Amino acid sequence: MSDIPLSAAPSAAQHWKRHSPLQSALRTGITVVIVAAVVWSLRTIEIIPEFLYDAPAQTMDLFARMWPLDWAFFPTDIFPALIETINIAALGTVLAIVMALPLSFLAARNVTRSPVARWIAQFLFVSSRSVNSLIWALLFVAIFGPGALAGVLSIAFRSIGFVGRLFGEAVEDAHPGPVEALTAAGAGTMSVLVKGYWPQVQPAFWSIVLLRWDINVRESAVLGLVGAGGIGVALDAAISNLYWDQAGLVLLTIFGVVWISEFVTSRVRARII
Amino acid sequence: MTPDTMAPPPAAILRFDRLVKAYEPGKPVLDGITLDITRPGIVAIIGPSGTGKSTLIRCVNRLTDPTGGRILLEGEDITTVRGSNLRRVRRRIGMVFQEYNLVERLSVIENVLSGRLGYMPFFKVLLRRYSDEDIARAFELLEAVGLDPAFANRRASQLSGGQRQRVGIARAIMQNPSLVLADEPTSSLDPRTSVEIMELMVEIGRKRDIPILINMHDVGLARRYADRIIGMDRGKVVFDGPPEDITADHLNRIYGGEGWQ
Repeated sequence: MSDIPLSAAPSAAQHWKRHSPLQSALRTGITVVIVAAVVWSLRTIEIIPEFLYDAPAQTMDLFARMWPLDWAFFPTDIFPALIETINIAALGTVLAIVMALPLSFLAARNVTRSPVARWIAQFLFVSSRSVNSLIWALLFVAIFGPGALAGVLSIAFRSIGFVGRLFGEAVEDAHPGPVEALTAAGAGTMSVLVKGYWPQVQPAFWSIVLLRWDINVRESAVLGLVGAGGIGVALDAAISNLYWDQAGLVLLTIFGVVWISEFVTSRVRARII
Repeated sequence: MTPDTMAPPPAAILRFDRLVKAYEPGKPVLDGITLDITRPGIVAIIGPSGTGKSTLIRCVNRLTDPTGGRILLEGEDITTVRGSNLRRVRRRIGMVFQEYNLVERLSVIENVLSGRLGYMPFFKVLLRRYSDEDIARAFELLEAVGLDPAFANRRASQLSGGQRQRVGIARAIMQNPSLVLADEPTSSLDPRTSVEIMELMVEIGRKRDIPILINMHDVGLARRYADRIIGMDRGKVVFDGPPEDITADHLNRIYGGEGWQ
């Protein structure tokens, strides 16, 4: 074994370089382009120095105006809005699952032979994911008017792509062996999906759903800014009226809810998997 | 053997008639296999890797589609059946796999019961409405393959290799098959467990009066347990007879000598 490197090493070691000259030139070029891009973007965003200098003072001022928090605002306005937010997240997630589940199987290479069908499913996923939920909300508020329905739909439509794509990939990772065994036993396509694939992808499914629900709680908190219901409406109203003590309480509530949902989902996930 | 002139003989449980399979045109993996399986018992197919043993077995239940020739199951031409007819054919053929192919996250008993999926409408599958007879039979089979009923509710993933293969065999028999196929059923098992599994297959083949077609590498096991050995080399049958007739010459022909040159 050891005589092979010995005979080849001496001359080769002296001339060895990590990159060829062409690669080095290319790497230098890429560095220059990145630096140029950063400089250019800094100039484009036109930071106004005066605003930058008094930012700390402004921040302190904002916090000062938030304090003390207006707790009277909580039972009358924030709490109902909070419940609505959580409902929007939950309903939106459920709706997304209902729509994404069949599409994921359609998108999975090992389940769907037809490339056209797979392409359609992928296209729907990309369309869903490439539009931010705020933009979806603008659209649905325009169609259905302001309120929780627009919120639910925008959460659902944004989540289809996320759930569908990840779950589709989980389906593609399923072991073909059990599927083949059930096929060989004469099971129909749907029976194979339910008994061959589903048990294998079930942990991934719940994990994806929990993750998305967690994200949706956060997203639905913002949707109110464009009128799609939930706690964002209260935040928007408080800021517009310059009631900073109320705005502060809304932000604190959102923080609390996100923290709790994070805690709950990580606990549940640990249980399931 | 002129298949055109003869009516399908009821005697043959399984018949390969000049079966050809070529994954790439012009390079047949199976090159005109003609065989009759007429009697219950163990038929061992031996031969080096890549010689088409698996392909031959997988053509029977059409996990692989043959390129030419015919396959007859109990007189019925199944070479080109499709859709629900294919599923009806498949449920008459049990299959045992090298890697057991159990659904790991399902319980042992449900893995056995999944042998009935070909007989059940989808809504019953979805709601786990297995019939009482099926459940009773699944427990009987569990015992017949030497597993304690206490295993019934364990997940398949908790079993050892030998135990999993027993579940695999029970699942195949659960289909009430006219024929069982086994693709290298002992290749992932240690020698002792391999012997146990082979003995179980012999016992089941005898008790239930069905032929069991087994692919295997292990010539020793084949000689010990098979009623008939089929030796394959490069897509052709080069030996077909009882185990006592197989000679060192034959084995050289199948595994050594010219096979490698």
